[in-house]
Amino acid sequence: MTDLAVETEGLVKVFGTNRAVDGIDLRVPAGTVYGVLGPNGAGKTTAVKMLATLLRPDAGRARVFGRDVVRDADAVRGRVSLTGQYASVDEDLTGTENLVLLARLLGHSRPAARERAAQLLAAFGLADAADRQVKNYSGGMRRRIDIAASILNVPDLLFLDEPTTGLDPRSRNQVWDIVRAVVAQGTTVLLTTQYLDEADQLASRIAVIDHGRVIAEGTKGELKASVGSGSVHVRLREAEQRPEAERVLAAALNAAVQLDPDPVALTATVNGRGTDIGAAEQAARALAELARAGITVDNFALGQPSLDEVFLALTDHPAGDGGGSGGGGSGDSGSGGGDGRGDGGRDRAGDGDQESEPEGGAPAGRATESRATEGRATEGRATEGGATEGGATEGGATEGRAPEGRA
Amino acid sequence: MSTVTTSTTDKATTADFVAPRADELAALLVGHTRPARPSALSASLTFGWRAMLKIKHVPEQLFDVTAFPIMMVLMYTYLFGGALAGSVSQYIQFLLPGILVLSVMMITMYTGVSVNTDIEKGVFDRFRTLPIWRPAPMVGYLLGDVVRYLIASAVMLTVGVVIGYRPAGGVAGVLLGTALLLVFAFAFSWIWTMFGLLLRSEKSVIGVSMMVIFPLTFLSNVFVDPRTMPGWLQAFVNNSPVTHLSTAVRELMAGDWPAADLAWTLGWSALFVVVFGPVTMRLYNRK
Repeated sequence: MTDLAVETEGLVKVFGTNRAVDGIDLRVPAGTVYGVLGPNGAGKTTAVKMLATLLRPDAGRARVFGRDVVRDADAVRGRVSLTGQYASVDEDLTGTENLVLLARLLGHSRPAARERAAQLLAAFGLADAADRQVKNYSGGMRRRIDIAASILNVPDLLFLDEPTTGLDPRSRNQVWDIVRAVVAQGTTVLLTTQYLDEADQLASRIAVIDHGRVIAEGTKGELKASVGSGSVHVRLREAEQRPEAERVLAAALNAAVQLDPDPVALTATVNGRGTDIGAAEQAARALAELARAGITVDNFALGQPSLDEVFLALTDHPAGDGGGSGGGGSGDSGSGGGDGRGDGGRDRAGDGDQESEPEGGAPAGRATESRATEGRATEGRATEGGATEGGATEGGATEGRAPEGRA
Repeated sequence: MSTVTTSTTDKATTADFVAPRADELAALLVGHTRPARPSALSASLTFGWRAMLKIKHVPEQLFDVTAFPIMMVLMYTYLFGGALAGSVSQYIQFLLPGILVLSVMMITMYTGVSVNTDIEKGVFDRFRTLPIWRPAPMVGYLLGDVVRYLIASAVMLTVGVVIGYRPAGGVAGVLLGTALLLVFAFAFSWIWTMFGLLLRSEKSVIGVSMMVIFPLTFLSNVFVDPRTMPGWLQAFVNNSPVTHLSTAVRELMAGDWPAADLAWTLGWSALFVVVFGPVTMRLYNRK
């Protein structure tokens, strides 16, 4: 009971005829990162706004550290911080002015506020930009100062509402590193995201929301196991070999093969079911079949299930189409596809390649891949890369790019 | 300004940045005891300071409290002076306190506009999640605006004195009159914070504000003695808060003690705060 940072029962928020949040029950254990995953318009932002006392629930109850968010709103405000695309800082003021202003409002004396602002700006790599107006900051810098503003007083519960939407891969990794460091200090984080890989990187438990309802909840491993192991993405050298490749893959994997918009690319589900070999090995064998058929593979990737696949598995409709409820009224708008997370390429040398799918709205998440430039696709590489990904076991997911990679 | 420089620095900053290491961040996060929450006054003053910073970054917004009041004084003094009072130097003794009231009342309109544009921005939601005295952001706007009113008053009084205004009340009378005006403007502005939160666009805020402010300020004794008006209009004008205010300011600056008009003005001020303050806060909490 006391160990719950957030507890909601039948939380409802209605905007006009749109039930943006339609009876959400959440139990977020203190000291963890809890991911709330869902497409635009699913009700994530609305739910967070209610928990952060910005919106009044129309029905149901929500408690933060045992305090009711409506009746005891002031006590809740004393323990939480909110960072989102809406709750940010004043664009007309400089970085320093923003942090000093907020520190003063949190009760720091003027010298203490200045000192705290300078510390945080330095730690977040914003010292050079301290005296510039925030409207001149880049997207990554904006997000960093937003988070800095949220930890002026270290909150017991930090709401991060789509903290990396619209960021390039480098900035996204920076935000992730900051979040990990904050969590290491004991702050509970409630993270909303549209990206499965983000939830995978940061969260220990995940709730999937759609149409204002929780449609699945559990650990990462549980969620992924419910969907299947993942999929293999293959890039051929010659477009005319694709029909044959499709046939070979379908036979080898015993699964449906999708033709990607790119005329040399195709994607096949690796479900690992019905066989006693692992998904990675299954994929490796399929690649070997391709080689045997004389098809040149320039590049392949074995990825975890994409948000699309999770959604298809859980809801029977693809993520992002909102199933008719649209994004209306939930405040989730403006963060759809084409948000700069596309084909991000390589973000940090030696950290394992990371690539988002180029197909917009719902990137397939992390894909450990070997590129043509690093050597042709080989079986050995496939097994190595796949082992961390395909197994649908928890733990493997965050491995390989944790902060220690830099130490 | 120097966009090119800015973007290169941005790149450099982003590229060089490495997230704080866990131990560095630990030092940042641990051992910082949470200070006691600020008092209502301190929080409000901090928001007032924010308004000052905004003026510092966008000084053009002072146009309406510098150029506009000068224009008002010169225009009405020379336009009406000869016709209404026989001479400019006689009319300005009557007009200046009134035009001061009128101009400051008109400037109060901008409060609603700035609340309305601000509320759309992200920072407002952050303020709303802070554990502070709830009306502090609104009071902060109004405190910032009081500074603007003060600038406008100083500018107009200076211009007035230059073109022949000689207040009999001296410095003390002028200061008292100005203080009364600022108190009333602060109280009256709660109407604008309400409209700023209530209306959905900046344009509608301006439109509604004009509808309120023009009749309210012009239908008063700012320009002329109400005795020349028809009876029904006199009934309105004589009971208008703006008439009480401008009479009180005029007489304070002339060295008199207008007890009744002072009482009316302060009474109206209290009424505005008591009625529109809670409405504003209700809207603010529901936004």
